[in-house]
Amino acid sequence: MLQIPLWKRVIIWGLCALGVLTALPNLFYDRVERHNDAVATIERTGVETPELAAERALWPDWLPSNLVNLGLDLRGGAHLLAEVHLEDVYKARMDALWPEMRRALAEARAEIGGIRRLPSDPSELRIRIERPEAMARAVEIANSLSSNVVSLSGIGQRDLDITAEGDTLVIRLSEAERAATDDRTMAQALEIIRRRVDEVGTREPTIMRQGTNRILIQVPGIGSAAELKELIGTTARLTFHPVIGRTTEPDPTPRPGTIVLPSVDEPGVHYILDEVPVVTGEDLVDARPDFDQNGRPAVSFRFNPSGARRFGDYTAANVGQLFAIVLDNEVISAPRINQHIPGGSGIITGNFTVESATNLAVLLRAGALPAGMTFLEERTIGPELGQDSIEAGRIAAIIGTVGVVVFVILSYGLFGVFTSIALGLNIAMLFGILSTIGATLTLPGIAGIVLTVGMAVDANVLIFERIREELRTARGPARAIELGYERAMSAIVDANITTFITALILFFLGSGPVKGFAVTLVVGLVTSVFTAIWVTRVMVVTWFERRRPRQITV
Amino acid sequence: MAFRLKLVPDQTNIDFFRWAGLTFWGSIALVVLSILYTAVAGLNFGIDFRGGTTIRTEAANPVDVAEYRQALAPLNLGDVSISEVFDPTFGENKHVAMLRIQAQEGDEAITPEIIQAVEQALKQVDPTIRFTAVESVGPKVSGELIRTAIWSVLAGVAAICVYIWLRFEWQFSVGALVALIHDVALTVGIFSLFQIKFDLSIIAALLTILGYSINDTVVVFDRLRENLIKYKTRPLRDLCNLSANETLSRTIMTSGTTLLALIALLVFGGDVIRGFVFAMTWGVIVGTYSSLYVAKNIVLMLGVKRDWGVKKDDGPAGTQFAEGK
Repeated sequence: MLQIPLWKRVIIWGLCALGVLTALPNLFYDRVERHNDAVATIERTGVETPELAAERALWPDWLPSNLVNLGLDLRGGAHLLAEVHLEDVYKARMDALWPEMRRALAEARAEIGGIRRLPSDPSELRIRIERPEAMARAVEIANSLSSNVVSLSGIGQRDLDITAEGDTLVIRLSEAERAATDDRTMAQALEIIRRRVDEVGTREPTIMRQGTNRILIQVPGIGSAAELKELIGTTARLTFHPVIGRTTEPDPTPRPGTIVLPSVDEPGVHYILDEVPVVTGEDLVDARPDFDQNGRPAVSFRFNPSGARRFGDYTAANVGQLFAIVLDNEVISAPRINQHIPGGSGIITGNFTVESATNLAVLLRAGALPAGMTFLEERTIGPELGQDSIEAGRIAAIIGTVGVVVFVILSYGLFGVFTSIALGLNIAMLFGILSTIGATLTLPGIAGIVLTVGMAVDANVLIFERIREELRTARGPARAIELGYERAMSAIVDANITTFITALILFFLGSGPVKGFAVTLVVGLVTSVFTAIWVTRVMVVTWFERRRPRQITV
Repeated sequence: MAFRLKLVPDQTNIDFFRWAGLTFWGSIALVVLSILYTAVAGLNFGIDFRGGTTIRTEAANPVDVAEYRQALAPLNLGDVSISEVFDPTFGENKHVAMLRIQAQEGDEAITPEIIQAVEQALKQVDPTIRFTAVESVGPKVSGELIRTAIWSVLAGVAAICVYIWLRFEWQFSVGALVALIHDVALTVGIFSLFQIKFDLSIIAALLTILGYSINDTVVVFDRLRENLIKYKTRPLRDLCNLSANETLSRTIMTSGTTLLALIALLVFGGDVIRGFVFAMTWGVIVGTYSSLYVAKNIVLMLGVKRDWGVKKDDGPAGTQFAEGK
């Protein structure tokens, strides 16, 4: 009848103990966090200084040390939602394709006549052909320049879509190639943002892709979203161009093969540059803040061997010429080449402060973003506000729990005590699981815990009310307890599954704090059903076996 | 006999249909009224749904809304609303205000220059001022968030109804659906009535209310199903009443403990989540009411088949629709 095999009891109490143990570090949040930081530092640097050892000793190594992550709304920090301009990359591809295409088509000039690039959507290439009747030949030439898509899903597809519209040859990236390019762009952007954020060394940043073209960035502990934006919003594309001329009245339509870019230092001055850079930031291997010979802040850099060779060759051949250093389409400086620079290293001077030089070095080291970004959403939460929220949540949780415990004990006596113990274990297990899976606790998440406390009692209430009813039919207390648990089951299952459904929807559709709420709700559901059904049952059965009461009052 | 706190006597025999006309049609009227009122008065959408920027300030000196407004006027930011926030958890020298600036041109959330200009202007008014939170949502995202929010509530309702349909019968599912619409409509209605800020977290609260309300409804339905098998011939009306009475004690107990926890949060949880907690508290009350007075009435109106537990293996499952009486 009322029996639970020993192995089941062991498992149930074992799980409870595990829950309490894994929840324990959260009670000493600050200490454990310092311990974890120290451990991480020691692992990274390999050196254990006395200070680090002292920090490490704050928490014993053999105890679990996973903590619940605090969300931005509790810890403070910055949140950004960025949209990556994927079409920038299409444009770059088309611009790079044009000279190649021009050369290939020019070779067949006898058949197709003269060609001209028409103004168009930047993500496509429109080329007018003098002899439309030879279009088939032009398409054939263009096709010879396309290659197979390199991706898992795009096997067997070409990377260029080539069509003819009257006398115009239209070339754009194929669907498969666009998808592959988008994936590459996003992966690259994610990687570069991660490197930049890591360089400033903040704790556990969240950087993840959302949808096709968005990136979510959450950095706890940073002062403001504006600061973060400055760090990651800059494309940081560095190029070195030969200078053709200088002007104060820029021609809006530059000669083919040249570009006109403004100077940063001299307002109104524009430089006419060769469109094709000699070297780009991709060839950089290192960049660091430095000072020039006049003691002004500057950034020194070093090229990889191939970059160094091109740089060396160019400077050797063009002594006396101007050479422009361009960052994100602005000329930072245009020094004169005084002599051949063979070593592949150099220095960028300009109107830098120590801070901006350091920033630029970070950006150059991390690499250029493949495309520009727009920030669609930004949030900054101050650390004080988060602390206030934690405090308020804690007080509310304690008062709520005490209220529920008193209420339940008054209503169900000894059974209420069992429920209260189960409730305590429930909260412990909830925190234990949240810490172990590394879930993030947000302010709505705290509300979710408080709500779980209120609702966790529900399963027990269902059971106890049922036991009361079964007691009235007077078949003895043992039978009543057994039937109570058994018959309440279907209601408990149905009730919890419906809540589970809504929590799942919240998890998949929600974002940020709402997601945190969904996670606590789901975990709370699981732990509350476990504690309410199994833990209280073990307690009730153990008590019943010891006392063997003739009659019980629930 | 030990002392027991009893909110509900052991045996109750409340006729939940006695005032059926009043409660049911009253509820329907309230739902219609809520929807109409919301349509006319609108909701006080937060920046999640409308786009724009909110800035939370904290200062040692009392907030002078007029002065803040004057300081920001030269910046030409369009519609700016400023309100002081009061909360029992604030200390004596803590004066909090919320500023809301309308969405600016373009997809971008807000430029750092605008934020800086606002912060400087306010520092002139009160040097002790600090900016504890700055949140900004661009119009592109806010439009998507609205769509996601509507979808998530609809998906929640649909998923629950399908589950109830699978576990019980379609009549129960319709009953649950009406009860859920009732809860959502009344909650949205009260947010419109008091013009409380309606943002993403309120959608989370709405979904939680759905879960809670259906929880209550399911417990009654579960008992009704059991009673339908037990008493094959008693009229459905009596069984509905019996089931509700038998589970009444549990319904009140659970609502009681949940409300206890929620009220603790409402009072002590701070102003940041007050709207969220308010929605849940209200939803628990409305949800408890709707499972007692709305869901069952629908089941009673639609009737229900009485051959529970009898295995039928003739005909496709869909024929049950014709058998409701």
